[in-house]
Amino acid sequence: MKLLTLNFLTCAIKSCKSSPASFPLHPRDATLEIIESDLNLAFLRNILPRLMWSELCTITRELGLPALPETVPTGEDMVEKKEGEEEVASQTAKDLHRVLLETGIREGGLVCGNCGHEYKVLEGVGNFLLPGHLV
Amino acid sequence: MLPTPSTSHVNFDRVYEPAEDSYLLLDTLSAPSETGFLRQRFNALSRLDHTNSSPPLVLEVGVGSGVVLAFIAANAESIFGRHDVLTLGTDINSFACRAASQTVQSAVQESHSHSIALDIVNGDLASCVRPHTVDVFVFNPPYVPAELPDFAQHAAFSTLSKSDSSTTFEQDSYLLELSYAGGVDGMEVTNRMLGQIPHILGPSRGVAYVLLCAQNKPEEVKMNIRLWGPEWRAETVGSSGKLAGWEKLQIVRIWSEVSS
Ligand SMILES: [Zn+2]
Repeated sequence: MKLLTLNFLTCAIKSCKSSPASFPLHPRDATLEIIESDLNLAFLRNILPRLMWSELCTITRELGLPALPETVPTGEDMVEKKEGEEEVASQTAKDLHRVLLETGIREGGLVCGNCGHEYKVLEGVGNFLLPGHLV
Repeated sequence: MLPTPSTSHVNFDRVYEPAEDSYLLLDTLSAPSETGFLRQRFNALSRLDHTNSSPPLVLEVGVGSGVVLAFIAANAESIFGRHDVLTLGTDINSFACRAASQTVQSAVQESHSHSIALDIVNGDLASCVRPHTVDVFVFNPPYVPAELPDFAQHAAFSTLSKSDSSTTFEQDSYLLELSYAGGVDGMEVTNRMLGQIPHILGPSRGVAYVLLCAQNKPEEVKMNIRLWGPEWRAETVGSSGKLAGWEKLQIVRIWSEVSS
């Protein structure tokens, strides 16, 4: 499960939605995997305003990954200017691509900070079904 | 005609096989009238406030084989006129999640699309999706008026047991029932999903596509959606097959028109 996916997920329990603590879900005992993919510079630049940056920093810290910049990078930070050449991805862009799209949770748990419920990730697939859904 | 993604790797004994309803979604989403609407709504340059410049998130609930989400991801440039579309899916059937994930990834690779395929997660409708993050929502629901399956069996039936390498006939029957049985009027699951739509759609540009069959009483469904508030719209934007003068299947587009 890609870390960028976590930017769009929250606790599935209805009463948790109104609580800020239900986002982000906190990784627990996670085994990570790296699946390499092509870097899409336009995408990285455009996605910045959609990222919940401080929550993303929390997740990477909890996973023991290298620290992200404290504040969200700008579109210009994504590009390394080279005179007369095509735009080249900066190190910041490469790092962000690595974290958001190449780093995934293979096995482990995702815990709601509000109710404490732990959702399991098995073989990269997150299970957000609740016993209550199934009655 | 845009190419239909391959689902040859999917085991259709336990995952819904693409059918007329799936193809109606593909045809509708790629029809000039719909791509025109979507391109305008998601054109990064059309709004001065640039709220449109961020990549649209497409969520499909109940992905099944993944053919619809894969089609959107692979053809995002034709449909949205953008190179940065994000896709996310959910399904209650964990076998479908794995199969669909492969369908989407293969389609993106083969089409050399620039779409970013996020995960297919195992969940109930969109209950795990962060509120107001979805730009395009797609749902091909279990719409057949038939008794809902016995969910008490879900935990046992949704995964392979340790000793077995394959699913049983009962297990497969249950998993397929999940994909088509919609309870009273075929609307029990759809009504739950419609209840979530205003909470998951993004405020300014969110749009939903929901498939209905004639027995779902589509005119009533659309009227009820318009009662959500004066800004809400619900219109039929695609249909197939006639049944006693009525469209057998139709796609309803649901969106809000915020006055600017
Ligand atoms: Zn919770």
